[in-house]
Amino acid sequence: MSEQVQINVENLTIGYGDFVLLKDADYQVNKGDIFIIMGGSGCGKSSMLRVLTGLVKPKKGKVIIGDTDITSASDSEIQQIREKSGILYQSGALFSSMTLAENIALPLQQYTDYSEKTIKELAGLKLSLVGLAGFDDFYPSEISGGMKKRAGLARALALDPEIVYFDEPSAGLDPISSKNLDDLIIELNRSLGTTIVVVTHELSSIFSIGNNSIFLDGAKKQITARGNPRELLKNPPNREVYEFLTRGGGNQYAEK
Amino acid sequence: MNKRTTNNKNGTVFVTQKNGIVKVMFSGNIAELDGGEVVAEIRKYSAKGAEQILLDTEKLGSWDSSVLLVVFEAVKSAKENNIECDISNLPENMQQLVHLALAVNRKPTRAGDGSYDVFETLGRITIDTVQKVTKVLAFIGDSFSAIGRFFAGRSITRSIDFYAALSDCGPKALGIISLISFLVGLILAFVGAVQLREFGAQIYVASLVTIGMCRIMGAIMVGIIMAGRTGSAYAATIGTMQVNEELDALQTMGLSRMDFLVLPRLLALVLAMPILTMLADFMGMLGGAFVGVFMLDIPYQEYWRFAVRAFKIGNFLVGIFHGICFGFIIALCGCYQGLNCGRNADSVGVATTKSVVSAVVYMIVATGIITVICQELGI
Ligand SMILES: Nc1ncnc2c1ncn2[C@@H]1O[C@H](COP(=O)(O)OP(=O)(O)O)[C@@H](O)[C@H]1O
Ligand SMILES: [Mg+2]
Repeated sequence: MSEQVQINVENLTIGYGDFVLLKDADYQVNKGDIFIIMGGSGCGKSSMLRVLTGLVKPKKGKVIIGDTDITSASDSEIQQIREKSGILYQSGALFSSMTLAENIALPLQQYTDYSEKTIKELAGLKLSLVGLAGFDDFYPSEISGGMKKRAGLARALALDPEIVYFDEPSAGLDPISSKNLDDLIIELNRSLGTTIVVVTHELSSIFSIGNNSIFLDGAKKQITARGNPRELLKNPPNREVYEFLTRGGGNQYAEK
Repeated sequence: MNKRTTNNKNGTVFVTQKNGIVKVMFSGNIAELDGGEVVAEIRKYSAKGAEQILLDTEKLGSWDSSVLLVVFEAVKSAKENNIECDISNLPENMQQLVHLALAVNRKPTRAGDGSYDVFETLGRITIDTVQKVTKVLAFIGDSFSAIGRFFAGRSITRSIDFYAALSDCGPKALGIISLISFLVGLILAFVGAVQLREFGAQIYVASLVTIGMCRIMGAIMVGIIMAGRTGSAYAATIGTMQVNEELDALQTMGLSRMDFLVLPRLLALVLAMPILTMLADFMGMLGGAFVGVFMLDIPYQEYWRFAVRAFKIGNFLVGIFHGICFGFIIALCGCYQGLNCGRNADSVGVATTKSVVSAVVYMIVATGIITVICQELGI
């Protein structure tokens, strides 16, 4: 299988003000991958996602998506890339003053020339894709946390994106909802061929969906491991990764 | 041999020092021990060249964190001074807690750590200020270009958002505005009457209230109420959207925050303010009439005649103009603080406070400027 690189990150340093979160990160995300960015709380995973989606400028380095470097691209170029990507935020980030259908219709109204009627039907279709058929006229405050994430996913899928980013999809969900969301991610990846980048520290998700990953070490401010998470568990390159992937089974690592 | 005893409700701590051995003895049931002196004692001995710290808990009954603190400090000062301190005789759970507390995982660092000298600090403040001013000016510029886009029909502002904002700052504000302006008119009349009565000129209360309310007081009262009621709501709503990552979502969807969030609120408030100001003027005059007719016994027609005579269309329009300016100021302050809110719940509170304070300050500044201009123009 020939592998096509979709996201190419070179020499990336991110931080806020004088504060550096991560230094000299290099990695590639291949087309059609489910790519996991893992690491402890506060190590800069969400910040990495904000850089990948062009919301925050990095201190140094390049983020090449397709063949555009978004760190130096013009606003309209960034916008074109954003049209081809969907993002599911940590909290769903639905607009609370709009119904679910209106939330999903928003990007469609902005970027397509469909008639209002088609947009409405498309919104309904996207909602049924994520298992929320019939919830078109509900407001975000009327549905549960898991449903909000699904609705957020429906909105992320509105424009048939090539890449979908997830920020901690299982945060705040019960094990069943979280498993269902993981299954949904795998199905989307298989059926639509969408490249998926997931930021998470949920081990069960990491092992069940990821086929490539990087590990951000918050103390060393570096990527200290990369590869298939299941392989990493078999051959952990360092103690931190081993502890992370085994929920802190550090003593055994010393004996291995 | 030195000895020090600290008594606790049902227990005691002894600290003794003999031949380079510091002995800390706990006995009885100790709770809420004020261990400052004990710790100072231990530190003093270990700094003066003691060779060992002995922790004796054999007679210790029940204990709480205050005991743990003494133990922890003893172990720490032993470490710092490179002297021996054996904790293997402590109760097992206490040992575990000491281990936990001593385990250093990570050096605490945070954004902005580091020491700066005077010049660096000064430089930083200058750069920050320049950036802030640029940001505010850019925001004001953006909002006017958004208004331009709106009237050119190229805006994505949703009419439903505009009507929601309008209903919130229009009809729903009528009650409070009416009440407050009525009371302000009442107070103006009262304060004026006391002075004017001395000259037997209480009839001029009517002129005083009419001119005062129409020229400035009506607009100021509406401004302050709306800053507290609506400006703060703008900051809180938009700030919460920042916390919920809704602003990120808007931006990544390529939807302009200006068109989508700021414009409907700004237009609604700028439209509502002059109308609310007119209402406030009228209610204030009514409040004045209430005092005049019922307390000063001025006949109603007489009061009205003086009120109408004092009413100048110029004054009235200056008041309305104030109202429109205040509408811009309140909406822009509220939206700006909301859009620049931090990412946690705390910062929503901060943004809300800032929006009200800055709106009130800028309203006063604007009043000053308008007053000077009117003076020059002779209005
Ligand atoms: N806008 C910001 N300004 C300053 N510091 C920030 C900002 N956003 C995040 N941080 C800091 O960056 C660190 C990493 O945050 P984040 O990327 O959200 O971590 P994660 O998603 O891995 O938990 C945190 O310590 C946080 O306080
Ligand atoms: Mg995060």
